[in-house]
Amino acid sequence: MFEVNCGVIIMDESVVQDVLGLYEENIDKLDISAKEKGALKKSLKDKYRDMYYDYGDAIGVIAAQSISEPATQTTLRSYHRAAGIGLNITQGLPRILEIFDARKAPVTPAMKIYLKKEFNTKIKAINIASSIKETNLKHIMVLDSLDLGNMTVEVELDKKLIDKLSIAPDKIVSAVKRKIKNLNGTIDGNKIIFEMNKDKVTVKDLQTLRFKLREVHVKGIKGITHCIVEKTGDDFVLYTLGSNLGKVSKIEGIDISRMVSNNIFEIADTVGIEAARTTIVSEITETLRAQGVDTDVRHLLLVADTMTQSGDIQAIGRYGLSGSKSSVLARANFEETIKHLVEAAVAGISDELNGIVENVMIGKTARVGTGLVEVAMKTQTSAKVDENNKK
Amino acid sequence: MSEVYVNGYFIGEHDKPLELVKALIEKRRTNKLPETMNVAYHDDKDEVQINVDSGRVRRPLVVVKDGKSLLTAEMDDKLKNDEMSWDEIFKNHIVEYLDAEEEENAYIAVSRDEITKEHTHMELDSSLILGVAASVLVFPEKNRGDRLNYGSRMAVQSIGIPLQNFLLRDDTTYNVLVYPQVPIVKTDSMDAVGLETHPSGHNLVIAVSTFYGYNVEDALIINKASLDRGLGRSVAFRSFVTDFRRYWGGQEDSVCIPDASVKGYRSEEDYEHLDEQGIVEIESKVPVGGVLVGKISPLRFLGISKEIKMGLQNYRDNSLTVSNGNQGTVEKVVLTSDAEGNKILSVVVRDTKTPEVGDKMATRHGQKGVIGLVVPEEDLPFTADGIVPDVVVNPHAMPSRMTVGQLLEIVAGKVGALAGKRINGTVFRGKEEDIRTSLKYLGFRDDGKEALYNGVTGEKMEVPILTGITYYYRLYHLVSKKIHARSKGPVALMTKQPTEGRSKEGGLRLGEMEKDCFIAHGAPITLRERFGSDKVSIPVCKDCGVVAIDDHIKNKKYCPLCKNESIVNIEMAYAFKLMLDELKSLLIYPQIIPENS
Repeated sequence: MFEVNCGVIIMDESVVQDVLGLYEENIDKLDISAKEKGALKKSLKDKYRDMYYDYGDAIGVIAAQSISEPATQTTLRSYHRAAGIGLNITQGLPRILEIFDARKAPVTPAMKIYLKKEFNTKIKAINIASSIKETNLKHIMVLDSLDLGNMTVEVELDKKLIDKLSIAPDKIVSAVKRKIKNLNGTIDGNKIIFEMNKDKVTVKDLQTLRFKLREVHVKGIKGITHCIVEKTGDDFVLYTLGSNLGKVSKIEGIDISRMVSNNIFEIADTVGIEAARTTIVSEITETLRAQGVDTDVRHLLLVADTMTQSGDIQAIGRYGLSGSKSSVLARANFEETIKHLVEAAVAGISDELNGIVENVMIGKTARVGTGLVEVAMKTQTSAKVDENNKK
Repeated sequence: MSEVYVNGYFIGEHDKPLELVKALIEKRRTNKLPETMNVAYHDDKDEVQINVDSGRVRRPLVVVKDGKSLLTAEMDDKLKNDEMSWDEIFKNHIVEYLDAEEEENAYIAVSRDEITKEHTHMELDSSLILGVAASVLVFPEKNRGDRLNYGSRMAVQSIGIPLQNFLLRDDTTYNVLVYPQVPIVKTDSMDAVGLETHPSGHNLVIAVSTFYGYNVEDALIINKASLDRGLGRSVAFRSFVTDFRRYWGGQEDSVCIPDASVKGYRSEEDYEHLDEQGIVEIESKVPVGGVLVGKISPLRFLGISKEIKMGLQNYRDNSLTVSNGNQGTVEKVVLTSDAEGNKILSVVVRDTKTPEVGDKMATRHGQKGVIGLVVPEEDLPFTADGIVPDVVVNPHAMPSRMTVGQLLEIVAGKVGALAGKRINGTVFRGKEEDIRTSLKYLGFRDDGKEALYNGVTGEKMEVPILTGITYYYRLYHLVSKKIHARSKGPVALMTKQPTEGRSKEGGLRLGEMEKDCFIAHGAPITLRERFGSDKVSIPVCKDCGVVAIDDHIKNKKYCPLCKNESIVNIEMAYAFKLMLDELKSLLIYPQIIPENS
């Protein structure tokens, strides 16, 4: 699609043809003469070419300004916003920062899960939701108490809730045993009595056991604290708080092709870097649009491309793109001046002065825009010199 | 069990905190506990705080029992007729003082008719819900809350008569309004605050209309004749201080008219206002740069030449001069001394500031604006009675801000001026209906609108226009103290870049983000030009890349390291050269490698 020509990326002619082809079909339908059609097509093609960025345009700066200027307007507005369905998902500037800084995990990871056609009923959706939502022992118990006479811990289960979630008490015991070693659990109606296989059991042991028991994972996927079913159109959609693409995708009935997460790193790990790039674009577009900002996608595409070009996600900032600039002076100009200067001094690095900031610093014309062009002209005298040299 | 604290110290626990609080308050009201005691129960922390210490801010509130105020309507009348004293009411625990903590537990009714069974207290007066700054605003209940906030904030910035002994003082800066007026529309608390004795504004005739686009974006049109009559005229005082120090070796600063042989002697004109002692004469007009006190100090360094300077040659001019934008007339000279016994001279310069285009004015409703045009009286619209407005305000200032109180003040001010009485605009007190009927009674339209006639053509305007009187503050943001521009001028010694700030005739910085705009436009050559203020040509050694020596005496350039003379001149920002020097001082050896070398 693209070819590299003398260091400048020039768009392939076929792309132009593809785009114009769409319009040409419509032009052909028009009730005008063939000559006019030709003229229209030509002017359309010219117009399309006019929209190209010019050689030397500072598209990075333009993209940065196009995103950050409207972002300053949104700053003062809400930090957190309820996302309509009762889940609080980070919105606005904090979310945008989160994406550009490439934080390993978002503050509020979330997923949007669609179901396969045959599972698209309310009951099945609720069932799937309950199998996704993380359930710990503390969620399904009414009371836990210490029996100091027998030195045991008693856990009273919520009968209704376990029936609803269809968890068998013996499964709870086995789940606990897997997590905590040297433990015996006996089921006594609604209660489970846990006894430690230890000679001397102190009250302190029982207390720590009690708190450990509460956190034992019984059902669902770890990290997904909420899962809500919502009907949008004909589909029953599951919204989750917490994200785990790998495990959720293994659950039966889920339409993997339409599953969305906002955890970009997780996407990069499970689906791949291209998907992560797409998610960066869509997440920023959505958060900006929620704040009433309409930024051209092409700016975001550029940002997403540069963030993912190395194969993994790089942040925009000190430890990411800005930190990996080749020029010492440009890095020193941004952040951690001393660190960069000292490193350069120790390693004896030289700066070629090819970037913009370096040249602004020393007072030279930066190599962008009109500064890229140099005119080599043959004056009369130089031509004569050349001729003399030939002789 | 809730914890109980006395004066912040833990003293014990109690089972029923609410009953404890109730009992303590009851004991206070029956004189079994001191009146100064306040109790509060914090249900979030489950603790009782009892306070009897000093330093708590407390305020009086009427006690309400079983849905009835203890201060009855009859008592109100008795108080008014001096048949009952405040002490009596206070001693009978009809009114009690609550501190901030106990107030949190109280449920306070604003007026008598809204008391319910749950209420525990009632305000002495409904206007006491406002603080000092907000209580000087008129008709606040008819404005949006944020406007009151802006209004009271700007009242603080108004020019008035802040102190009545201003002629005796020599503060650094202070502004005094020449002929302040008491507002026609007033509030009750103005008496208490003291605004009746030193007001800070003028009652202006206002017309709410457009005016050839000169009052867009909240600008104000001002009547030239009103300015001549003294509208908003103020006097700005500024003092200049200099002290006289003693140095070791018996040298000291001294006051005199400096001799021409003194180092740094200014021109003779600059010293022309000084009397024979070297101090400026009172009531003389001093321009910028004019000397207020002639002062000579000993030289800081003896100089490169080894000869010892004697007499006046050993001194430099260190006179006190008028700084940029502070020219005026000398008001007074104060001679005093500091704690070490050094002589201090303070010269107060005064300048009359008539409102001009760019000065800021505001009403009490957060309606601020900058003067956009000063118009001769004959060109302004007039009413059938021949009234010409002092200010013309754009009607676009009203709808989005919803300052209904402003409109009402205009009408109320009109009623007050016509009837010759003050109008009360205290919260919940002023009644729109009353104002309207009295204006109608006075023979005007009840909404305050009037037919205006174009001052230039004499034609009647198509629409009736709201005219009336409103109180305007002149705020101390005067253009004459802010206006600033520079083309070329002084540069900082170290960086060779333009200085910063108005007082130093500095430049306006083209910052990091502005720089990005030039780049985004693809205009790096323009950018280089704008950043070229500290451009220098530096000789650099081609071999070792270090800054070379340009010896003017021997007329040759050579490298200080390799001593050879293969030198190129490189143009760069002086700030960059400075950075290289600083790196060298850190034992880092930065080399400049010229192209084609």
